[in-house]
Amino acid sequence: MVRVTHWLTTLAFVALLITGGEIVLSHPRFYWGETGNVNMKPWLNLHLPSSRDTVPTGYGYVLPDQNGWSRYLHFEAAWLAVGTGLLYLLWGIFAGHFRRNLVPTRSNLKDIGMSIFQHLRFARPSAEEAWSYNVLQRISYLLVIFVLAPLMLWTGLAMSYGFVSSFPLSVCLLGGHQTARSLHFLVTILLVMFLLVHVVMVVVAGFRARMRGMITGRVKETA
Amino acid sequence: MSQISRRKLITTGIAVAAGASGVAIAAKIAKAHGLIPPDSGGMYGPGTTLTYAAQRLLTRHSMAREFSEGEVSKDPFANEVAPLGAEFGRLQAAGFVDWKLNVDGMAARPTTFSLAEIRSFPRSSNTTMIGCEEGWSYIAQWEGVPLSYILDRVGALPQVRYIVYRSIQPDWWESIDMADALHPQTLITHRMNGGDLPVPFGGPIRLRVPRQLGYKSVKYITSLTLTDDLRKFGKGLGSSAPEGGYSWYAGI
Repeated sequence: MVRVTHWLTTLAFVALLITGGEIVLSHPRFYWGETGNVNMKPWLNLHLPSSRDTVPTGYGYVLPDQNGWSRYLHFEAAWLAVGTGLLYLLWGIFAGHFRRNLVPTRSNLKDIGMSIFQHLRFARPSAEEAWSYNVLQRISYLLVIFVLAPLMLWTGLAMSYGFVSSFPLSVCLLGGHQTARSLHFLVTILLVMFLLVHVVMVVVAGFRARMRGMITGRVKETA
Repeated sequence: MSQISRRKLITTGIAVAAGASGVAIAAKIAKAHGLIPPDSGGMYGPGTTLTYAAQRLLTRHSMAREFSEGEVSKDPFANEVAPLGAEFGRLQAAGFVDWKLNVDGMAARPTTFSLAEIRSFPRSSNTTMIGCEEGWSYIAQWEGVPLSYILDRVGALPQVRYIVYRSIQPDWWESIDMADALHPQTLITHRMNGGDLPVPFGGPIRLRVPRQLGYKSVKYITSLTLTDDLRKFGKGLGSSAPEGGYSWYAGI
């Protein structure tokens, strides 16, 4: 179940990232508060070319509009991510995956200094460690699952005019529509940073063996 | 094949079959309750259908967020508009006195209203945000006649399920379901921030649908058609938005 939900999430994440990027290109500027548009000063201007000629970018050309399919696919992938996430959450709670494999143990925490040191050396994990998550893994996975992913969903929904008509607090607590959009973007950056580190760690730990493990569920004894 | 994996295979098979029939039953129920959008076919159909159905279950009677006078945007952005053509120019030069809103379809009394009549009807106003699918937004005070008043006035038949509305701009048309059409904040807007609705913002009249993105709030509307079936219009996808690749429902 961990493996199935992992790869479904990967699929959803890639789709969300690409389509999200396309949507940002139609207005690559970010604001705080409720409102923001080209007549207002953004706190962040990505200085990218835009797919709209109404955005002053400094570039002499306009990118093709990809928002139609991007928006369709973004929300479809979001449903896939939410469905997969719920399945993983229920399974994680009831099958004990979180308790057994994710919550750091006392001895885990005691060895955190050693773990940081080994990570800094890019040491290959021992054969025994190949079966379980180390303490830094546990902490970062817990952060992604219980902090960043819910924040992503929350800030996404807080941008929906339909959703906030029923749940106005969802956007008011964040500080406004444009703040929700800015946070959605910032959490994306954190998730992409996690993804990069995650993939680098898989490579360090032995890409082929790890991929085999994550796809088939088996770890070769001599790997 | 080992015993365990065979059992697993059978369990998985049963789960998949149960899931598929569950989806089929859910689709039937959703259809009966009007939770299937007109652009539910194709590769992105499942996503937009889930969104529309979920939001309709949650938001049928909810109100778009309202803001205070102090929160009204000082410098709203009107967005660009394609050239409006000679007919619009002629009407504008005459101060829009000849602007007409034609209401037809499933109505007991199909009527063509003049702009003066629309302006004379009971007004409602709301201070709401309009946002573009691109991500930008502004807040304005919008004032006009509730669409529900017009529907009452023409004697909308009980079987009406959608309102189709068209702009003077060729090939620009949209539609909404009755949850939005009868919604008290859905206005045939002719005033903005205390003055006549400026042309760049959709004047003389614009249909404001504040619980959806800006592209559903069509500028320069000239006609409404009351219908029970969107398949009869255009390519049958509900509006010109899906024909251009955008979703019909824009609550997100």
